[in-house]
Amino acid sequence: MALPAHVEPLERAWFYTYRVICGLILFFLIAPIIIIIPLSFNAGFYLSFTEKMLSLDPAGFSTQWYQEFFSDQKWIDGIKNSFFIAILSAMISTALGTLAALGLSRPEMPYRKFFMALLISPMIVPLIVSALGMYFFLVSVGLGSTYTGIILSHAVLGTPFVVITVTATLSGFDQSLIRAGLNLGAKPSTVFFKIIMPLILPGVISGALFAFITSFDEVVVINFVGTTEQQTIPQVMFRGLRENISPTILAVATILVGISVALLVTMEMLRRRSERLRGLSPA
Amino acid sequence: MEKAMENTTTSAPLVTADGIPLKASLQKALRQKRRQAFMLVLPLLVFIFVLFVMPIAIMLTRSVSNPEVNSILPRTVVALQSWDETSGDLPSEDVFKVLAEEILLSKKNQVNGKVGKRLNYDMPGMASLFRSSPRALKRMKEGPYREKMINIKYVGKMFGDVAAWRLIKREGDPVTASYYLSAVDMKFDKNGSISAQPEERQIYKFLFVRTFLMSIAITLLTILLGYPISYLLATLPMRHAALLMILVLLPFWTSLLVRTSAWMVLLGNEGVINELFVWSGLVDDKNRFALINNQFGTLVAMTHILLPFMILPLYSVMKTIPPSYMRAARSMGATQWRAHIKVYFPLTLTGIGAGTLLVFILAIGYYITPELVGGQNGTFISNQIAFHFESTLNWGLASALGAILLVFVMVLYALYDRVIGIDKMKLG
Repeated sequence: MALPAHVEPLERAWFYTYRVICGLILFFLIAPIIIIIPLSFNAGFYLSFTEKMLSLDPAGFSTQWYQEFFSDQKWIDGIKNSFFIAILSAMISTALGTLAALGLSRPEMPYRKFFMALLISPMIVPLIVSALGMYFFLVSVGLGSTYTGIILSHAVLGTPFVVITVTATLSGFDQSLIRAGLNLGAKPSTVFFKIIMPLILPGVISGALFAFITSFDEVVVINFVGTTEQQTIPQVMFRGLRENISPTILAVATILVGISVALLVTMEMLRRRSERLRGLSPA
Repeated sequence: MEKAMENTTTSAPLVTADGIPLKASLQKALRQKRRQAFMLVLPLLVFIFVLFVMPIAIMLTRSVSNPEVNSILPRTVVALQSWDETSGDLPSEDVFKVLAEEILLSKKNQVNGKVGKRLNYDMPGMASLFRSSPRALKRMKEGPYREKMINIKYVGKMFGDVAAWRLIKREGDPVTASYYLSAVDMKFDKNGSISAQPEERQIYKFLFVRTFLMSIAITLLTILLGYPISYLLATLPMRHAALLMILVLLPFWTSLLVRTSAWMVLLGNEGVINELFVWSGLVDDKNRFALINNQFGTLVAMTHILLPFMILPLYSVMKTIPPSYMRAARSMGATQWRAHIKVYFPLTLTGIGAGTLLVFILAIGYYITPELVGGQNGTFISNQIAFHFESTLNWGLASALGAILLVFVMVLYALYDRVIGIDKMKLG
């Protein structure tokens, strides 16, 4: 969208105004996330920049809130719970979601649209409604306040993401490759692991990451169906924010931003690999 | 082989090598393929059915189920069937006696509080009636029960209130509409007919309207902010666009609570923005802006959080529009502005539609962000559902409110499917 040399002054003015507007919007998007990073290194119990920080005086900075984070049992338990619940629920979501996506992508699948709509609905239904229903259900089958109950409910919330990403990867998938493999005498399991899996792997991994982050970031359902012993990081954050926001929360937030960056980079690499494998863009 | 040759030369139906007509054989193969495809989907279908569809069905049942009076005072409910509630007279002596016995029995089983709490939703005072009357009833060895019960100190006058008896009779039904009536600010009045709640007790209709209006405002803001960014991303050279895309995707991948706490830090009374204003001398230290714990806080934070959900679908649509269209319009003499409005903008409508529905659907069900930055007047209907679940423990009302919210969302979801198609939903 370069500016041609012959444009009128008015258009030229608009061009630069537009760029400034875009800059401001991008600033609005990213600034809130960036700003918590320096604030988390605050030396005092402040949630704003102190004089010392602004003058870049080393005395204005400290890592005390990180030390506090790593020495508080509540946060340590939170980390363990978060990873335990998110990894297990993402595994369930990924296995079930990938199988379903393979079925949904076949042209012979009956009532395809209806099933797709049903399987994606956990992403659409407000979390508070799912939380209420899951609480009633899990208590009635004796799974209230159990890890099993939490993991299963998080797995439900993660499956739509796996279904969507894997179906998207399969949209350019050449179904005749399967027939070719079978024709040449491969067993169906060999076809799955040698032909299908390598091609859809990027989609499966990005679906798994989506499912992982969905569970890792989830507060509403787990607040309803879990107890304080099963508290995850976002729950400790939520309860802390409800009472009084402390710099420790900003330290946690900074660590979480780091995790997001790592996930984002992984996703981007997977997307490129997937496009290359499917021949959508030149290598 | 020979047989097959024979078949092609005569006009008999085609058959496969084992003699089955080709058509039937193909149909069989197709059926098998359909079954195979279905079997792959089946595990997830069962999983979703058991852990998602059933829970929601249970919630819907909860919103109309009314077991307390029917199970704790069954004989009273039967006895009241012959009482004419429109007559304005109190029930007969026998009914009073049955109720007295059943209240004592419920006290013995420690469920008197439960039925009292249930009836208290509709008629304040019922909880204390069921809590404190058993002591007096225990001393009553003989009739007339009616007279004695009405004269019980402090709470007995409720036994003399026809409205209380109407309530017990009505709520003796194991299915009730009363939670739904409460959820839309209606109630059964003293005469047992449906009427609106008094003005000062109407909260839910107002809350639904507020949830809707604020979600619309948030959606409009995301269009306003998302459109220029998507256009920029779609028209920049790939390399620059990919770089800017990171600025959109990073918030998308960042925890909701991180983003909400970031806004709490920015907008708070001692937050970064207020400090900046005070420091620069634009605002007096005593007149700091109230940026948080109000509607403004919810609007800003939610617009920020939902903006990527507008940008991503819009961008993917804009990327498919060939730049030659705009060049053609310009070469025909249209100004940049006119070409954009007349040629480009109509082509982006599907993207705007997809983004609008997605953002709106997500917004009306939001809970966490309004809870933390919304204060008194920036909260949504979800917050009220959580409040009834956690604090008042009125789960019937929480379920009814949830069911109404669910219906709204499902209608929008169906609309999304109609207009855009569920299978076109993409992430990232």
